[in-house]
Amino acid sequence: MLHIKCPHCGMRSQNEFSYGGDATVKRPELNKEVSDQDWNNFVYNRKSLRGKHKELWQHISGCRQWIKVERDTATHEIFKTAKAHEDI
Amino acid sequence: MTQNYRLDNIGLINRDKKISFKFNGKNYFGYEGDTLASALLANGVHLIGRSFKYHRPRGFFGAGVDEPYAIVQLYRNNETEPNVKTTEQELFEGLEATSVNCWPSVNFDIGAINNFLKVFLPAGFYYKTFMWPKSFWYKVYEPIIRKAAGLGVASTKHDKERYEHKYEYCDLLIAGSGPSGLASAYAAAKNGARVILAEDKPRFGGTLLTSEVNIGNQTGKEWAENIISELKEMPNVIVKNRSQVFGYYDHNMLVMSEKLSDHLPKTKKYHPKQRLWYIRAKEVLISSGSIERPLVFGNNDTPGVMLSSAAKEYLKVYGVLVGKKPLIFTNNDSGYETAIEFKKNGIEPIILDTRKEPNSEIIDEAKNLGIQIKFSYVVVAAKGYKKVNAAEIAKISDNKNDLGTLENITCDCICVSGFWTPTIHLASQSGNKTTFNKDIDAFVPGVSKQSETTLGAAKGTFTLAETLKDSFNAGYELSKKITKNDNKISHPTVVEKNKTTHDKFWCVPLPKGKNYKRFLDFQNDVAVSDIEIALKEGYRSIEHVKRYTTLGMATDQGKTSNLNGLQLVSNIENKIIPEVGHTTFRPPYTPVTIGAIVGREVGKHSRPTRKSPLHSWHEKNNAVFVDAGVWLRPRYYKIGEETLFEGSKREAKNVRANVGVCDVTTLGKIDIKGPDAAELLNRVYTNAWLKLPVGKARYGVMLREDGIVMDDGTTTRISENHYHMTTTTAQAANVLSHLEYYLQLVWPELNVNVVSTTEQWAGAAIAGPKSRDLLQKLFPNIDASTEGLPFMGYIEADLFGVHARIFRISFSGELAYEVNVESDNGNFMWEKIMEVGQEFKIQPYGTEALSTLRIEMGHIAGSELDGRTIPYDNSLEGLVSKKKDFIGKRSLDREAFIADDRQKVVGVVPIDKKTSIPEGSHLVKDAMAPIPNPKLGYISASCWSVEYDNPFSLAILKDGKNMIGQKLFAMSPLKNKTIPVEIVSSHYVDPKGERVRS
Ligand SMILES: [Zn+2]
Repeated sequence: MLHIKCPHCGMRSQNEFSYGGDATVKRPELNKEVSDQDWNNFVYNRKSLRGKHKELWQHISGCRQWIKVERDTATHEIFKTAKAHEDI
Repeated sequence: MTQNYRLDNIGLINRDKKISFKFNGKNYFGYEGDTLASALLANGVHLIGRSFKYHRPRGFFGAGVDEPYAIVQLYRNNETEPNVKTTEQELFEGLEATSVNCWPSVNFDIGAINNFLKVFLPAGFYYKTFMWPKSFWYKVYEPIIRKAAGLGVASTKHDKERYEHKYEYCDLLIAGSGPSGLASAYAAAKNGARVILAEDKPRFGGTLLTSEVNIGNQTGKEWAENIISELKEMPNVIVKNRSQVFGYYDHNMLVMSEKLSDHLPKTKKYHPKQRLWYIRAKEVLISSGSIERPLVFGNNDTPGVMLSSAAKEYLKVYGVLVGKKPLIFTNNDSGYETAIEFKKNGIEPIILDTRKEPNSEIIDEAKNLGIQIKFSYVVVAAKGYKKVNAAEIAKISDNKNDLGTLENITCDCICVSGFWTPTIHLASQSGNKTTFNKDIDAFVPGVSKQSETTLGAAKGTFTLAETLKDSFNAGYELSKKITKNDNKISHPTVVEKNKTTHDKFWCVPLPKGKNYKRFLDFQNDVAVSDIEIALKEGYRSIEHVKRYTTLGMATDQGKTSNLNGLQLVSNIENKIIPEVGHTTFRPPYTPVTIGAIVGREVGKHSRPTRKSPLHSWHEKNNAVFVDAGVWLRPRYYKIGEETLFEGSKREAKNVRANVGVCDVTTLGKIDIKGPDAAELLNRVYTNAWLKLPVGKARYGVMLREDGIVMDDGTTTRISENHYHMTTTTAQAANVLSHLEYYLQLVWPELNVNVVSTTEQWAGAAIAGPKSRDLLQKLFPNIDASTEGLPFMGYIEADLFGVHARIFRISFSGELAYEVNVESDNGNFMWEKIMEVGQEFKIQPYGTEALSTLRIEMGHIAGSELDGRTIPYDNSLEGLVSKKKDFIGKRSLDREAFIADDRQKVVGVVPIDKKTSIPEGSHLVKDAMAPIPNPKLGYISASCWSVEYDNPFSLAILKDGKNMIGQKLFAMSPLKNKTIPVEIVSSHYVDPKGERVRS
């Protein structure tokens, strides 16, 4: 079980969090033309990286904040965590 | 009854307490402190079971977790447990055990015929033989193999025992209480660290209990006892016996199973049988010791052949002789320790040493005691079928290739020592890449991957002095790093006999003309010849060899067999072992019972049960409850002997005729506040929200980004910047997370806050033609007319002194209102509604009537919003704005979503107007068409229409808009039903929706 440092609450066990996928995906802006390809990439296509991965978690049983986590998908090492509005 | 193999003045058992037990129906006795294995051996019982493949007789090989074959079916307190290791099971009064793998009995076993057919059962036999024809596998081969070759039998009864989970944090977790565990725990604890020391056996001390050493001015055993009693008194230390750390997971999370009651005849009331500890440790010290390796020779699986360390442990801990004419076969000095113990207790052992002329203090001691030693000698084969009665021995040439003349020597046990294999499982599980140490011919931990340190024999340090020095040091250094304290204690001096190097020789060659089976893996009957065949057939990767031959699989996971298997592969392949590599060590290190893993999360406790504040009222009024997600909701309120069908029909009819009241507290509620709240709703829902006036509610549908409907519900504008959103019961948590996601990550510029208020409000839906009269009577000060409170209107009012919110919304399709009060006032509200409603013939109604009402009205709900449908499918396309953008909009023009024959919700009525259509039935054109019969749609919800008094269902049907009036078949293979049906409008009752607006 991972040990994740919530930037708001401190070190907590993984079972307090829920996983939210790739943190680098940007939702296309509202009311803007989006090509089929771009929309398709946003909705469906994700890289399955081996190594450093920036991802989202929500501290669902804690402060309920979405946070950013940089984690190695192979070793599970967590390099850093950040608040939702911060860059990671 | 005398115990012929028990000595009087040695051992740690309690001779004042006799314990009687049964094995294979026969009565025996042992003493408190015995294991089942030691008690059986004390009684001279060596035949325990039959092997897995050849059904050869099986006895005892070890004295602990490494035991490969002495497993039994255990009976305790009217329950049974399979595959229990006799070497781990402590004796308790009334224990019963039986052999496994033998039928009809351990002494006469029909399966043993395999032993004579073994030429037909080589490696990969099952894969090769039972492949064809395919249908024969599960009909013929598998049942026979299972019957002939199963291990124990699992109980089919509900396990009444209690298992607990515990979460713990510590500075240092120390796995194993041998010399290194004790020393490091002591040094760290004295330096203020929070320590957990875990020992899998009942007794602490590990090898100190059986070795002849001195630490300071005490014996090893006394030193261990003193350290343990001091540790137990320290507030910063948790000391646990019968506790196996079996798994090392990410971020220094380890899991340990503590057996609290397995050694007792029955679990004490309110006590758990086992406890699973989830331990997050800052540092981990692995002091798991080492396991002796077997030597490989002919028939080395015969009962009576066992590890020399096990023979010593049975003698020193339990006072049990595993034999009275022992033969010690060794390639290192450890065998001598066992021989010396035998000699000291009046038994005359003979040592066969594979080495030519070794010299050490311990060998000198053996010589001085007058023990007979044969150097450059090997055991070629064990003799005897159910028990060793002799050994075929021979001199071996210096190059270890040639055997001298075969000699027979009488003996009743053969104690083997092939040197030591460090127990590296935990280190390996932590991600540590192990390295091969040529000095000890074994793998040892490499560079630490997580915060773990391996000490003592587990890392290949086999002298006590060095182990203690390292361990005191490690305990001190690691605790200093964590606590910043600097209280160092000096480590004691050690007196031990020096030992010389071991012989790398371990596998005795076959003599000319003999084809003895030489076993590597005793549990799975994997012999040297099997590995040779696998390699001949082209298997190279050790992982493949393992799976093909089953080497190192099953309950002991190859604790004694792995290294010898690797040695063999490397010998044949002319590779060195590191190149061959070892198979992956995965948790658990030892078997863990499913009960412990599940813990208290059984049955109703597998997840929390949520109850509405009105629950006790429902109970008192004969509600029959149903699980709705995690909630318990009344399904119907039973009157007399009413069935669900009768009761729900009565309730639904009463709503259509008079007025009913339904507990809708479980609906998800989200409070939304902030100047941009309307903008958020406008982006989240498919319809327009910017112009909703204060005091009005609106129905909305929200999508996922892929265009699939996520949820629906009404949201009410309470005041300028304050909205009250409702969600379906099932999606409440997901919708909240969804809103938080967009607010925190996608549109942080929106000034809005959301919070769940599901539990803050109790809700009652009042529905039916008389609901307005009832409402007016409940709230005399409001104007309940349709002008004063129109459809989708909202007001706040006073309910006999209690603040209430009134929403004119309807789920039943009837004129209806929803009244919310603070949860604490829920019962008050409900009772007032029932009391005032008397004159309007009010009745409470449950979820079954609620479903009936919504289905016949064609209102979609969870069963249509099943994660596969878009707004169009649910006839909600009118709610999809063309003008504004919203979550998921861009996906709605996907090709499949705009296809001409896109699925759509329809109504379904059986042609005979009698037969109810099972939910989940498939709609097909031709009931007789060959399989696979093309499926046009599926029944999403079914009810008995109270309006028309016949069955009615909703379905999601391909090209639904053009299918009205068509005749199809509803097929349910599960219920074995085929029902001719007609497709009708989904709005079966009041298609214009006049009632809700009346
Ligand atoms: Zn948090």
